[in-house]
Amino acid sequence: MSHIWKMVFKRLGLGFLTLFIVSLLIFLATELLPGDFAQEFLGQSATPETVAAIRRQLGLDLPMHIRYIQWLAGVLHGDFGTSLANHRPVIDLIGGRLGNTLFLALYAAAIAVPLSLMLGILAALFRNSFFDRFVNASALTSISFPEFFVAYILIFWLAGMGGMFPSMANFRGDPNFLDMLYRTFLPAITLTLVVTAHMMRMTRAAIINLLASPYIEMARLKGMTPMRVIVRHALPNALAPIINVIALNLAYLITGVVVVEVVFVYPGLGQLMVDSVAARDMPVVQAVALIFAAAYVLLNLTADVLATLSNPRLVHRR
Amino acid sequence: MGPLIVLLWAVAVIAACLVAGWLFRTVAIVATPHTIKRELRTAPLTASFGMLVIVIYIFVAIFAPLIAPFPEREIVGPEYMPWDHIHLLGTDNLGRDMLSRLIFGARNTVGIAFVTTALAFLIGAILGLLAATVGGWLDQILSRVVDVLMAIPALIFSLLLLTIFGTSIPTLILVIAVIDSTRVFRLARSVALNIVVMDYIEAAKLRGEGLWRLITREILPNALAPLVAEFGLRFCFVFLAISALSFLGLGLQPPMADWGSMVKENATLISFGDITPLLPAGAIALLTVSVNFVVDWQLHRASGLKE
Repeated sequence: MSHIWKMVFKRLGLGFLTLFIVSLLIFLATELLPGDFAQEFLGQSATPETVAAIRRQLGLDLPMHIRYIQWLAGVLHGDFGTSLANHRPVIDLIGGRLGNTLFLALYAAAIAVPLSLMLGILAALFRNSFFDRFVNASALTSISFPEFFVAYILIFWLAGMGGMFPSMANFRGDPNFLDMLYRTFLPAITLTLVVTAHMMRMTRAAIINLLASPYIEMARLKGMTPMRVIVRHALPNALAPIINVIALNLAYLITGVVVVEVVFVYPGLGQLMVDSVAARDMPVVQAVALIFAAAYVLLNLTADVLATLSNPRLVHRR
Repeated sequence: MGPLIVLLWAVAVIAACLVAGWLFRTVAIVATPHTIKRELRTAPLTASFGMLVIVIYIFVAIFAPLIAPFPEREIVGPEYMPWDHIHLLGTDNLGRDMLSRLIFGARNTVGIAFVTTALAFLIGAILGLLAATVGGWLDQILSRVVDVLMAIPALIFSLLLLTIFGTSIPTLILVIAVIDSTRVFRLARSVALNIVVMDYIEAAKLRGEGLWRLITREILPNALAPLVAEFGLRFCFVFLAISALSFLGLGLQPPMADWGSMVKENATLISFGDITPLLPAGAIALLTVSVNFVVDWQLHRASGLKE
């Protein structure tokens, strides 16, 4: 058992190294910013004295590596600096929005993962049938659609004509959980549609790949039903690629969330990031980019570890 | 509209597309020289339809000023006019002719996506082939740099870079090309790694062929098939990325006609049951679907699979 933990720890170490390098990259991005941070921070009220004072106050007169360490230490304590646009601490801006974005992503994942696994298994079971071709063609089509197209079609059908669901996510009046699910239904469904296609195709491919192996043939010759062959024999062995695909798509949700939040005016991190990019509010962009990148790296890391653990050959290696 | 009517319409549209694809293939087989003819015969109807759509888009993009009834940026009427016989698709939020902007959008959006993809390929393929051929420390450095760049989600990374460099067309092209070249690098390197170990490469090295000649004459021709298919896929991703950025207001800037920003500008109409803003989004979707169809066919052909 010990070597598997060694492997897991190695992966974890590599993951955190990546995270560290990513943070370094995001920090260095500010250094490339043309113009002086203090000057931009003060805007109209910049005089040589105030600029010098704010530089000292923000520690901008220190060498780069010390500033990086200070910034990283701040980030680890939840201090992301001060917004250029409205001079509020970045953490206040992020606070509630992070929860909203996580809620939306989890909501979409809770629908998308079971749905795509089921569709993938069914497509593998009835491969080359009309059902399989139909599911495949619609998957290929929906992969090619831009997120906002899917979102606006849903708005057009479900919010504009029928008025069944609200087209804008508003959180006024402290809604309860069911209310929240109802109000954020359209953004969640949009994200679901965007990621389901890919997950379903990969699940199908992973299972069909395995169906050619001898032990599947054996199971079939024993007289097992096709459904049982797939669920009992193929699925456990297809777990590693499927876990990878799920993690990859959950990571994809991170980017998808930006566009979808803008379409539905959803008060999340993506919306904040887009607004801050337009205003060139670097500290906020930096913080949000770091959060998104960290989530992305951690998801991939989790997938790696889980895929390793799901392989008995690796766990019980002689 | 009942669900049955929607279903009937969907079937009718799909049938019409397939017939159009069949007609296009028939005409193309007659019109092209012998070598291309043989390949075209193997094209399934979906791929033929895809090629037809791509040809139409290219035609519209090249001849945009001749086809469009109104200029790209001129205000020709009141805002949000409905469809009529003068303004076939109505007018947009500033009173510009929707159809004309849609036509010019083909030129701007598709053109810029194409240039970006080409640049991404130039950077990614050259570095990837070089890394695989030279190997050693160059390979190590390039691969690790690419690993780090790929650890940040593409859209987030491009948003970060656009904050730094500002939003103009050259920076947009450069930023997206550099980010996407990392994906091309991965593929080019892995394809070339399998070629580098071949005997004919050894022979070429013994003949004393230089690095450049080795890459362009010996490795590139053998790596071309997967790279061409990747070009189609990459184009789709780049095209979607640029449209997403434009939609977010951070890509192509107004008053330039661009499909992503056209959706955003006229989005309010959708809540009133007007489908006009969906047209540019549909134009994006149609092109990506078509390219995917053609790539699917090419990949199938390159892999030598027979049903």
